Formats: sequence, structure tokens, C-alpha cells
Amino acid sequence: MLTGGVSLVPLIFITGLNYEAMRHAIESEIIFRTTRVVSNTRRAVSFFLTERKSAMDFIVHDNSFEGLNNKERLSGILENLKRSFGGGFVDIGVVDASGYQKNYVGPYRLEGKDYSGQEWFKQVLESGMHISDVFLGYRKVPHLVVAVKGTSEKGASYVLRASLSIAPFENLLSNLKLAGMGDAFMINHEGILQTSSRYHGGVLEKLSLPVPGESPETEVLEERNASGEDLFIGYRYIDDTPFILMIVKKKNECMKPWFRTGLKLIAFLLISITVILTVILGTATYMVKKIQIADEKRSASLHQVEYANKMASIGRLAASVAHEINNPLAIINEKGGLIKDLFTFGGVYPQDARLMGLVDSILASVKRAGTITRRLLNFSRNLQASIEPVQLKEAILEVLGFMGKEAELRTIEINMDVAEDIPILETDRGKLQQILLNIINNAFAAVDDGGHIAVRADRKGRDHVSVSIADDGCGIAKEDLKRIYEPFFSTKKGQGGTGLGLSITYGLVQEIGGTIHVESGLGKGSRFTIVIPVRSEKTRK
Amino acid sequence: MKNMKVLLVDDEEELVSTMAERLSMRGIDADWSTSAEDALRRLETCRYDIAVLDVKIPRMNGIELKKRMERKCSRTKFIFLTGHGSERDFRVGSLEAGPEFYLVKPANIEELIEKMGQLMER
Repeated sequence: MLTGGVSLVPLIFITGLNYEAMRHAIESEIIFRTTRVVSNTRRAVSFFLTERKSAMDFIVHDNSFEGLNNKERLSGILENLKRSFGGGFVDIGVVDASGYQKNYVGPYRLEGKDYSGQEWFKQVLESGMHISDVFLGYRKVPHLVVAVKGTSEKGASYVLRASLSIAPFENLLSNLKLAGMGDAFMINHEGILQTSSRYHGGVLEKLSLPVPGESPETEVLEERNASGEDLFIGYRYIDDTPFILMIVKKKNECMKPWFRTGLKLIAFLLISITVILTVILGTATYMVKKIQIADEKRSASLHQVEYANKMASIGRLAASVAHEINNPLAIINEKGGLIKDLFTFGGVYPQDARLMGLVDSILASVKRAGTITRRLLNFSRNLQASIEPVQLKEAILEVLGFMGKEAELRTIEINMDVAEDIPILETDRGKLQQILLNIINNAFAAVDDGGHIAVRADRKGRDHVSVSIADDGCGIAKEDLKRIYEPFFSTKKGQGGTGLGLSITYGLVQEIGGTIHVESGLGKGSRFTIVIPVRSEKTRK
Repeated sequence: MKNMKVLLVDDEEELVSTMAERLSMRGIDADWSTSAEDALRRLETCRYDIAVLDVKIPRMNGIELKKRMERKCSRTKFIFLTGHGSERDFRVGSLEAGPEFYLVKPANIEELIEKMGQLMER
């Protein structure tokens, strides 16, 4: 948990920081680009208007009022303007100081129109020039008017007025290649669209966005429109005209490349987190398992060492007791033998059947005691690890000999069936006998008085023999079966079981290169089977 | 068999004296000794065909004693007898004597005589 936190928090933090920084950088980049496009377009639009205005100014100064009133002359001028400036000029007219259009060349019938009441006319007379909003006027076609003031030789003011179609503007703006579903158009100060826009309405419609505040510089704003979309709005007031150039981009569209990068970043983050967590979890689980296994191994070997030590001390004690008893036994044996000899060779009591019986009984008892001490000595001798030829049948008999008395007392029937073809094993006799003793001991604990225990040995293939010990005792519950080899697992805890017997047995079976398994069920008795190699590993080395 | 001369060596006097008496009853001339020193002294004259030795004798083990006795009298043959106290005793005993001339206490007198016979026939 802690490891995960320590490794993930910096990663998430850095990724978040990076994400923000990148977003910010891209936003700045978009704003910068928008600003540049607005500035450039403004210059083009401004140049377009100034150029036409200057041309008009030149015409006023280059021609006399009379000349301009000459229809042919004016028609020539319009032709020249159209030729020199391309599209844009639609018609041209001369309006005298009273607002009456004296001369007109163009596709409409506007000669004789009275402009005296119109705002633009008054403004031209005041300031010398005027560029109008886009409007429909008499002709009902959107256009704008450029007008300059001239003065006749007689000193009277007049106005040269040309109307321009908005097509060149629209071309100029629609040719802009704008990212992010960008839209370039112009509005007047009242927010009326002066050119058609792609997404924000046609010419002379009211723009749905608010009119941005006046500024001498190019500005970029972030706004939200009526449908809740975030927009970048770049704008510029165009000097000496009623126009505001606007470029509107959808933020979402502009940020699309960034979203793609962001998505990659997040995917990278998620993959990293998954990998880190997997690795941490995997490593932790692996380590914990290793530690657990090591722990189990250590405690198991500790138990075995303890057990082996205990058995070794018991063995030493048994050996010294047996040895000490053996000498007096030998003496009793000889003395008893001598008594018998005296009777026999002396010829005094050989007929006394009772005396002879007593002596024989003494000698028989000595023999019995001798067998016991010999078994004890064998037991202690076998505790020391050594590989030697072992007659399986003999080894089993010796183990059963230990249990003989108890079997007799409890009338437990023991059947032994050792196959004829079992070879002489080369194995650790002590360990093998301890394994058998432990399992048979368990069988004794499991059966009731009068129960049955069957020991069976068979050859298994060329290199193995199996020994199975079956009883008709209480059996082992299914849920306990998996745990019976665990150290300290015992169902006889109350009755002095240590829970070590089978765990040690398991270890010993492994030590002599064998396997052990059990079939059992509650109330069905148990059958332990060990399979051991004919030649133990160590002898092969 | 009848004119065989045997020396029994064990630190238990009761044991060897009784065994000697029983062997005598069966016509085998047996002496006994309870220490290695005494046993070696008795061997000066080299009268014995067979020596029955305990593997464990105070101040000297049976194997060492056997070696010294062999130096004194090469014709003497040996049977080992032991309380079979430890693995080492057992190994040494059967190594020196061979399992067939190695007896575990308490031993049967008839078995001992039989082994002596086998040994003499070699």
C-alpha cells in the first residue's frame, strides 16, 4: 500500500503537471496564432479600403467638377477603377452640395437621387471622407459606400461616391484557412454582420455574440456562446471604418490535437499505474510467499531437529540402560545355565521335572529380557543416519514387535502381507522404521479395541516398493486431510498429541527419497501408503 | 575340540568364571581373566587356541587387546562378545571378527561352543 502510494503519487503529480502545462502551452499557442491571423487579416482589409479611398481621393483632385459631371468621363473612370482594382467597384456617382446626385454611372438607375437627409452625406461634408456600414439601400443588395469630398473651381463642395460590393471582403475572409471550425467575418459597432459568416449568420443579421469592447490592439477573448460552447474570439477594430474584424474559433475543435495527446498521456498514466501495481503486487506476493515458505521450512526443520535430538537422547539413554542391564542378564544367564548344567552333568536332579522347569523358566525370561535390550539397542543404533541393506519384512516385524504388547492387550488384529519379490532395500533403516512406527502408532490411536490393522508391502516397478498401512479406525475428516502433514496440526491435542508425528514422518519420507499419501474419510478408516526407492538417493552419490 | 584351550576375558568375574566352569563341564579347558594385563600375562606361554574377548574392557578395548595378543601368540584365534552397547562397538566388533564370530550378550553357551568349533576347523 505504502510502496504503491510512494511510487504512484509522484507519477500522477508529474503527469498532472505535464498535462496542465501542455494544455496551457497549447492554449497560448492558439491565442497567439489567432492574434496573428487577426492582425494580418486586419492589415489586408485596411489596405483594401485605404487603397480604394485613396484612389477616390486622387480622382477628386485629378478631375474638375465639370469633368466628373461628364457622363462619358465618369464612365471611363469607373472602367479604369474596375480594371485597376479588380472587383469591388460597382458604380460611381457625383453628388452636389445639396445632396442631389448629379451624375451616376452603374447598373442601377440612381441618377437624381436625393441623399441630403442621409447620415453618411452629412459626415462626408464634415470630415472629408466616409466609409459606410454595409447596407441594402435603394438597390436592395448589400454593399458599402466610400465617399470623398471634393471642391469645385467655384468653391462649392461636392461628393464623389462609389459603392463597393462586399464580395472582395467575403473572398478575403473565406479564403482564410482557420483551424478549429474557425469563422472570420466583420461586424459593425452595433453587432450587425457585415459579411456572411459560416456559423454565425448571414449578412446584415445580428450577431449572437456580444460586441467586444473597443481596443486599439488586436485582442483575443474566451467566451461561451448560447449553446454552452467555449470560443476563442479574436477581434480588431479597423481604424476610420465602422468595421470590427472577428475571428471565432471553437475551443474544443482547437484543442482536439491536444485532447489526442492528453488521451495518450492518460493512457500512458493508466498503463504505468497498472504495470506498477501489478509489479508491486506480484513482487509483494512473491516475497510474502517466499518468506512464508522459508518460515514453514525453518519451523519444520526446527521441529525435526528437536525431534531428532529428543530421539537421540532417548536412544542414548536406552543404549546405556540396555548395556547396563545386559551384563547382569548375561550373568543370570550363565548362572542359570550352570545350575542346569550341574543338574544335568551331576545327575542329581535331572529327574526333578519341577526344578528343571524352574531353571528353564529363568533362562527363558533371560532370553526374553535379552530380546528387549537388543531391540532397544537396535533402536538407538538406527537413529544414526546410515544407509545399509534392509530386509523390509524384518524391519516391519521389528516395528510391529514394539507394538505387540499393546496389540495383545487391546486385542487388535494385525495382518502383515509382504510380497515375495521385494528386493533388499538400500536405505536408512532407522528412518524407515521410524516412519513405519509413526504411522502404525497413529493407526493404533485411531482404532477401537478389537480393531484391525493391515500392513501390506508390494513391489512398484523396478525401482520402488510401496508399504501401505490400513486401519478400520475413526478416519480423518475431509477438511483435515490437507492439513495432517502440517506441524502442530493435531486432532488429539487434548490427549497429548503434539501434532508433530506426521509432519516428521513426511520429512523423513522425503529424506529417504519417497512419497507419502493417504486415503481416508470420517468413519471409513485410513490407508497411508508410502512409496520408497529401492536404492536411496544417498547411496547413488 | 576336547583338547582345545580357551581364554575368556571380561571385566565381570561372575560371568567369565561361570562360563569357564560350564565350558569345563563340556570338556573344554577354559581359563578366565578380568583385565587386559592379566590376559596378556597368561598368554606368555602361548597355550590358548581361542580367546573370547569382550569388546569393552577397562583401560583397553577388545580390539587393542586382540592386536597385542596376536603379536605375542599368532596361533590364537578370537571370538568377540559384547553388550552391543553402541553402533561403534557393533561395527568394530563385526569388522574385526566378522559377523559369524561375534556374539551378543547374553550369549548361549551352546552357540559359543559351536562358533569355537567352526573357528578351529578353519
